[in-house]
Amino acid sequence: MENVTGYLHSVETAGTLDGPGVRRVLFLNGCPLKCVYCHNPDTRRYKGGLQTDAYTELRGIAKQKDMLISMKGGVTLSGGEPLWQPEFVKTIFEGSKMMGLHTALDTSGFLGKKADDELLSLTDLVLLDIKHFDPEGYKRVTGVDLQPTLDFAERLAEMKIPVWLRFVLVPGYTDNMEAISKMADFARRLGNVERVEVLPFHKMGEYKWEALEMDYELFDIQEPTPELVAMTKNKFEDQGMLVY
Amino acid sequence: MKTIDQNPTLPFLSDETPFYYRAFIPGIWNTEIEVRDFIQKNYTPYDGDSSFLNGPTDTTKLLWQQVLNLMIKEQKEGVLDADNELVSSIVSHGPGYIDEELERVVGLQTDAPLKRSMMPFGGIRMARKALESHGFDFSEKTQEAFDAIRKTHNDGVFDAYTAEIRNCRSSGIITGLPDAYARGRIIGDYRRVALYGLDRLLEDKIEQLDSLEIHNLDEETIRLREELNEQIRSLEELKQMATSYGFDISEPAKNATEAVQWLYFGYLAAVKEQNGAAMSFGRVSTFLDIYIERDLEEGTLSEAEAQELIDHLVMKLRMVRFMRPPEYDELFSGDPTWVTEVIGGMGLDGRSMVSKTSFRFLQTLHNLGPAPEPNLTVLWSENLPDGFKQFCVDTSIETSSLQYENDDLMRGYWGDDYGIACCVSAMKIGKQMQFFGARANLAKTLLYAINGGKDEISGEQIGPEFAPITGDKLTYEELMPKFDGMMEWLAATYMNALNVIHFMHDKYYYERLEMALHDRDVFRTMACGIAGLSVVADSLSACKFADVRIIRDERGLATDFETTGDFPVFGNDDDRVDTIARDLVKTFMSKLKKQPSYRNSVPTQSLLTITSNVVYGNKTGNTPDGRKKGEPFGPGANPMHGRDKNGAVASMRSVAKLPYEYAQDGISYTFSIVPGALGRTEEDRVENMVNLLDGYFNEGGHHINVNVFNKETLVDAMEHPEKYPQLTIRVSGYAVNFNKLTKEQQMDVITRTFHESN
Repeated sequence: MENVTGYLHSVETAGTLDGPGVRRVLFLNGCPLKCVYCHNPDTRRYKGGLQTDAYTELRGIAKQKDMLISMKGGVTLSGGEPLWQPEFVKTIFEGSKMMGLHTALDTSGFLGKKADDELLSLTDLVLLDIKHFDPEGYKRVTGVDLQPTLDFAERLAEMKIPVWLRFVLVPGYTDNMEAISKMADFARRLGNVERVEVLPFHKMGEYKWEALEMDYELFDIQEPTPELVAMTKNKFEDQGMLVY
Repeated sequence: MKTIDQNPTLPFLSDETPFYYRAFIPGIWNTEIEVRDFIQKNYTPYDGDSSFLNGPTDTTKLLWQQVLNLMIKEQKEGVLDADNELVSSIVSHGPGYIDEELERVVGLQTDAPLKRSMMPFGGIRMARKALESHGFDFSEKTQEAFDAIRKTHNDGVFDAYTAEIRNCRSSGIITGLPDAYARGRIIGDYRRVALYGLDRLLEDKIEQLDSLEIHNLDEETIRLREELNEQIRSLEELKQMATSYGFDISEPAKNATEAVQWLYFGYLAAVKEQNGAAMSFGRVSTFLDIYIERDLEEGTLSEAEAQELIDHLVMKLRMVRFMRPPEYDELFSGDPTWVTEVIGGMGLDGRSMVSKTSFRFLQTLHNLGPAPEPNLTVLWSENLPDGFKQFCVDTSIETSSLQYENDDLMRGYWGDDYGIACCVSAMKIGKQMQFFGARANLAKTLLYAINGGKDEISGEQIGPEFAPITGDKLTYEELMPKFDGMMEWLAATYMNALNVIHFMHDKYYYERLEMALHDRDVFRTMACGIAGLSVVADSLSACKFADVRIIRDERGLATDFETTGDFPVFGNDDDRVDTIARDLVKTFMSKLKKQPSYRNSVPTQSLLTITSNVVYGNKTGNTPDGRKKGEPFGPGANPMHGRDKNGAVASMRSVAKLPYEYAQDGISYTFSIVPGALGRTEEDRVENMVNLLDGYFNEGGHHINVNVFNKETLVDAMEHPEKYPQLTIRVSGYAVNFNKLTKEQQMDVITRTFHESN
């Protein structure tokens, strides 16, 4: 195991939204996707953020190891897109496993190919974010292709790595019910999806776009209605999935 | 061969068991006053969930509505009524009721609900000011009587105070001392009234008196003999008070209803005679559960009735009132009484001490709505049953009315029958008491070290005239020895003040009833305290890791600092500064330990400010950490507002590093989190809160207040208090009704760190 450089946006020491228990969440910098609704646009830039190294971050994790274990949590690498820094991810995960900590990878799957089998063998859980199930729709939302994500999902299924599937519901962008049904069907067939999280789009990230002086397409979009959220969840529940 | 049942009910013994002890397993408790033994032999641990609980009965709803109406009226219009001539005692008032028909538990402090009594023995000036500030006239007759024939605690203290102590008091380096009001923080073992009845307790006290028929009376024995006679008198009065309500409490309680009533009478007598700063209730839930279980078993009580009984008891505890002047509220906002009741914990034998009645006490927050009193305190252990942990956290998330303390940490010090006085001070019930000592302002002490004992605000020489720092640069190396010397002086002066206070309190305002519910020989601690720990730690860190330039005013005093460069601050799990904080706690404790203390009490200290962090901040000039003159300190052991930037876990870890062994009077930490940061679903939130508590306490954290709400709610409540009549929040060590805080305190609460999700 060797030390590697990494680029970090920030660290949350008490994350409860990204995997089981209370976790230390490292938000890595850099993301190839350009999601129209991105609520962390400030993490996009490759090699932006804070330059650090895996050993430094592992020392931070080590200090809180006992507490993370008693809080039934672990370490989550999120972003940005963590797989843009696969070596950094691998080292953090390897070190975390050495300390007996649960590891979770929060990814869009677009760079799934960069995750080699060794990296995945060090991953206890993947939080897989599928933005849309229709290739056109996916491209419109993210600016990139859907297929790599689906390939990655199949590979995780083969390797029997547990997945929590995440889907962000954005009215007018991702609320095509047919595509959602297809995604639900796909998720069921994979067999390794333990939980589905339907995340209603929220506007709390808007201020960041303004601060970055970037164009934000979604100023006019409203947050989804509770009915629309319930309908979406139903699609997954119909397939027998555990939905949150 | 005949088989013999190994655990039979022995028919030939049962005749000897008096009716009131039927079905109880006998033990040492039958021959000695030993409530713990009774509990251990007879309680039933409960490891299920909350599904057995009942909502409020119609009677409870009707009665509570009446109380609530009175409370809302009080909040709007101020104190409803008050005695201005009659001095309160155990038997001063005839019986008082809210609605006699509906009340399952009776007894009020005066003859009418929420009417406040007069208790001038702590200090007549304070009593008078309190009455007048609420628009009542103080009886000249009473004033004359006191002037002519009755000295108070406050008079005694000021007869003995030295000029040095008086100076420290007015400069604010030592503040909040119980020298003009009752010290409180003594917990009578009110359970004894129910378990033994008054005749048995009196018999025991007379025996104690006989044990002091000795040949050579020394001062200590003389004092104790006088006190025991006072205790005996107070027990007689307690009996008389109960009689006025139509109850004969000379015998033990025969059922749950009586047990609750007997116990409450004991407590009521205490709050009729003492308006102590904290009048805690003890550890009664699992004790009462034994009676409730017996009644349920016998079919004489239903679950609904059991809950009703606890609801009505808690209603009474919510109604305890004292007459306080505005200055007191500035220190301890929101009219607090600290009727602290501890719930849960583990037994020394490894069984959980959670009973169904532990749940029933928590259920009162759902049945009657959130409230600051009684100050419900969960003794947390990793090994508590899951169902109980979940219900606690559920209740926290819904009401923000609970605090948590680390039983796994305290059990080793205090066993399994301790209670909490006030907020964080553990003591063995009926066997231990403390002399409450408020707190010393360490941040101001640091400034005195820089200015050679001169006060940075008044410019007066308050501390010893040590050499001040004369250079422009403030370095850690130069400052530390000076600070150390100044702390040495402060510890001595502080202890002198406390010795005077408690000497006089014992003499002029002895807690005879509360002490009557203690053993003859009690373990006493001298409970000192520190305010401003995080300010000092951050200031020292600034001196050590950054450049601090001193700015002097025209008097030549260092009154401002210009700090350049980064320095680590407390609350971020950074050992460079956390070690400074930890060492400070240890250092100041060791200085206190060197001082002689009244009645051979053992010095301890707390890191607890309640809301007085605002007042201490007010009285303290600019500090090298960048805190401006007048700005509040972080409360208790909390990091300074907004400086813990690395999330909840880092903040908790910093606090958990503070050593309980050098702060055995408690380390208070207040934690506020928005619901969304705890998880996506309600289930996740409960589970993660449980996880956070397990994590914090496993790290060695001592105490945590949990607030779960959005900042916006508070801002809205400030503007529209009428929308939130029962909004309860937890501040260092206790809960308050948010509407009862001053504007300044409300702002302080709002600017505290809220943990939010990214």
